[in-house]
Amino acid sequence: MITAKTKDQPEVLEAVIIRFVGDSGDGMQLTGTQFSDTSAMFGNDIATFPNYPSEIRAPQGSLYGVSGFQVHIGSVEISTPGDEVDLLVAMNPAGLKTNLHAVKPGNTIIVDTDSFTKKNLEKAQYATNPLEDDSLENYRVIQVSMTSLTKESLKGVEGLDNKSITRSKNMFALGMVYWMYDRSTEHTEEFFNKKFKSKPSIIEANTRVLKAGFNYANTLELIPNSYTISPAKMSPGTYRIIMGNTATAWGFLAAAEKSGLNLFLGSYPITPATDILHELVKHKHFGVKAFQAEDEIAGICSAIGASFAGNLAITTTSGPGLALKGEALGLAMMIELPLVLVNVQRGGPSTGLPTKTEQSDLLQAMYGRNGESPVIVIASSTPADCFDYAYQAAKLAIEHMTPVILLTDGYIANGSAPWKIKSVSEMPEIKNNKVTEIKENWHPYDRNPDTLARNWAIPGTPGLEHRVGGLEKDRVTGNVSYIPDNHEYMTKIRAEKVKRVQNYIPDIKPEFAETGDLLVIGWGGTYGSLHSAVKQINSEGYTKIGFAHFNFINPLPKNTKQLLSKFKKIVVCELNNGQFSKILSGHFNGIEFLQFNKIQGLPFGNTELIEKFKQLVQ
Amino acid sequence: METAEKKYTFKDFASDQEVRWCPGCDDYVILRSMQKALPEMNVKRENVVFISGIGCSSRFPYYMNTYGMHSIHGRAPGIASGVKLANPDLSVWIITGDGDAMAIGGNHFIHLLRRNINLNIVLFNNEIYGLTKGQFSPTSLVGQKTKSSPYGNTQPPFQPGELALGAQARFFARIGGNNPKDMSKIFIESHKFNGTSLIEILQNCVIFNDGCFKNVTDKEVKEDKQIYLEQGKPMIFGKNRDKGIVLNGLKLEVVTIGENGITQEDLLVHNAKEQDPTLHQMLVRLQNPIATGIIRSFDDITLEERVDALTVEVKANSKFKKTDDLFFSGETYEVE
Repeated sequence: MITAKTKDQPEVLEAVIIRFVGDSGDGMQLTGTQFSDTSAMFGNDIATFPNYPSEIRAPQGSLYGVSGFQVHIGSVEISTPGDEVDLLVAMNPAGLKTNLHAVKPGNTIIVDTDSFTKKNLEKAQYATNPLEDDSLENYRVIQVSMTSLTKESLKGVEGLDNKSITRSKNMFALGMVYWMYDRSTEHTEEFFNKKFKSKPSIIEANTRVLKAGFNYANTLELIPNSYTISPAKMSPGTYRIIMGNTATAWGFLAAAEKSGLNLFLGSYPITPATDILHELVKHKHFGVKAFQAEDEIAGICSAIGASFAGNLAITTTSGPGLALKGEALGLAMMIELPLVLVNVQRGGPSTGLPTKTEQSDLLQAMYGRNGESPVIVIASSTPADCFDYAYQAAKLAIEHMTPVILLTDGYIANGSAPWKIKSVSEMPEIKNNKVTEIKENWHPYDRNPDTLARNWAIPGTPGLEHRVGGLEKDRVTGNVSYIPDNHEYMTKIRAEKVKRVQNYIPDIKPEFAETGDLLVIGWGGTYGSLHSAVKQINSEGYTKIGFAHFNFINPLPKNTKQLLSKFKKIVVCELNNGQFSKILSGHFNGIEFLQFNKIQGLPFGNTELIEKFKQLVQ
Repeated sequence: METAEKKYTFKDFASDQEVRWCPGCDDYVILRSMQKALPEMNVKRENVVFISGIGCSSRFPYYMNTYGMHSIHGRAPGIASGVKLANPDLSVWIITGDGDAMAIGGNHFIHLLRRNINLNIVLFNNEIYGLTKGQFSPTSLVGQKTKSSPYGNTQPPFQPGELALGAQARFFARIGGNNPKDMSKIFIESHKFNGTSLIEILQNCVIFNDGCFKNVTDKEVKEDKQIYLEQGKPMIFGKNRDKGIVLNGLKLEVVTIGENGITQEDLLVHNAKEQDPTLHQMLVRLQNPIATGIIRSFDDITLEERVDALTVEVKANSKFKKTDDLFFSGETYEVE
């Protein structure tokens, strides 16, 4: 471990945004993760976002083969991975070309000059070398021949082939960035020791290169000084860095343990939801049964079967998969079984933009089934709260005997942030509606008078043998019924059951202002961007701008109307063409909902939000 | 699977719902055969689950006094797999038809067979769509005139057994829809079999495809046009029990005992338990006579057994007993 400084005391910064970019094979994800983990352990608040190509092994040096990892660290609250990059580390010309737009003039770029060969410049479609012409004159460019320096530092290490030598140049870059931001190399060294336990030469090589990068930055004249970001004020506790999809999977693990039910996942791989399947298959030790089915439909159907048999049943997918699961979801609603469907939204329609984020499945989640088919719809808003909303989705499904759609999106599912670890003991109780013995006059559609949840009689329970199915059922006996009045009654009671969930969810609480000139409304994964923009604009003196972020969409919190009446203007911001705004307009006739929509496969940027809000209050 | 202490009769398995198939439909025979077979299986009634898709056959669960689900078209395999994987102690039965299993649900059907989960599939094959009133199905014959093929069907059919064996079915039986005695026996054998068992019932549709399996169901001809296969017995059939089957090169051939020096010793002996399905495939394809009975019954490890073995191993080696162990493991840090 090295921490010694020989230059001046580091300059203190509030927050910094760093982006590491390079070829798919350059190890940028690892480099970024190491930097963010080290910073989190140092006490900073962080948010990260990976950006990698959908091609698994894109041609080397190509523009579409660029892989990136952005990390935002701060001594202040950090709620997004950020938009304007303070430091860009570009391992090749393609990385520089595709990411330069994110760097504000005046900010710093570190490049590996060894990779700016004629061939690589051509692949990146540069007519002239940007390091030699004046195209980068507005930036502070630090040119380092990283590949050669890496090779140099590994002279004499036994048992390394040329490929592994070149591949460790990312650690040279990481070492430099550690020095620049006053970080210790300790955590990464420990990581090498664990990860490559059986390969001492790899440990030796990576550690050497990391330290070489650190020392090089220390002595390099081009880097005049380093910066430091003090620990953030975070509530005390034990933390870990968690990705949204992992947090979702863990929320279900916690709900299964708390409820005493076995967890069953029926799923089919689809970007960007597959990591939930990857995570849950690991946990056979908790009795998790994860079934990779032959398609999306079989995925949800196996979950419905498991739910019928008494498990906490989950199915995971993304937009196109939700379309395929629609009919089966209607069945689960009709037979009133608990089921959680996670839709990690991506750009649509059709195959759309599989690796990009969007919020355009909201109306599909609400209405995408035949017949009158209401289900609970809730949404997570940050990587860490995916844990809470997955838990909440399971709790609502089990307690109210209904399917629940949990909406997340590619942005929060792949993003990571600190999570103050929650023990299962501090999570709320989950009561189920199981019946274990026969009572006189028992019927499968007997309902809890408060929630209207029907009782859950599990196969294997003597005396409660019964049949359910997609045909309309008699309100009392549960037998097939075509009686007109009964159908209307059952349709309404299924709707009322979902509506009554309002009595079990929290009220919506606006942030920054209870009343005022403008209410900014968001839902789901845009929380971070909207929160930081409204916070900033308030800090600039616009004190009458409130922010209300919805996690419960169907039903909406009880006090929604009351909240809306307290602001002069309302703007609904979403990454679609105005879907939540349509839902709100449907509920609250006479209230004008202005829209701010973005449909570019990208999250909201801070600048565009602030500009919009200012325009609305002027 | 737990065994029943109580001795049931067929009445214990009949629900209070009025049966609503067309008069004369073989489905009544299948229902009664199942209700009679279940008491012989020594299984607790509360552990029996029937899952169906959509179609005439799929009304079946409503008539059984067991747990049941009438689900959506073609998807019973997924639902039944979920039920069985969630609780391997249950006796799970899929009720399906030729359209439900091989058209809309074809994908699920083949994957179910390949996985070998210990459950039973009863396939009501009537070579027609009944509930939608008479369109051709994936097993309808070329040239068959139906509501959706008024000039004759142009789509070549699936042979369910051939498809099933191609998808690695370990248990395949076939029986005529008007043969309750053998049908009940096959249901019992299917229940005993550890793995996915598929029973194809050649079911007459009196309304839209009457007489479709005459060779198997018609009293006059069924003994000469059908061979009922029994484990370990020579392949003999015919009213006079004088016909048999031999292997000639790569083909099955019908011979007459006593002609051309043929004796009973020359005939093939049925072995449903053989791992190699080649001969079973030939039997399934045989047109005259049509092979019925248990054609294939090869014992193999089930999906649940594989999953259980892995789970035991993972549990034994895991340091995680509770979710807290996982959440607080690895790279955590303290904020004070």
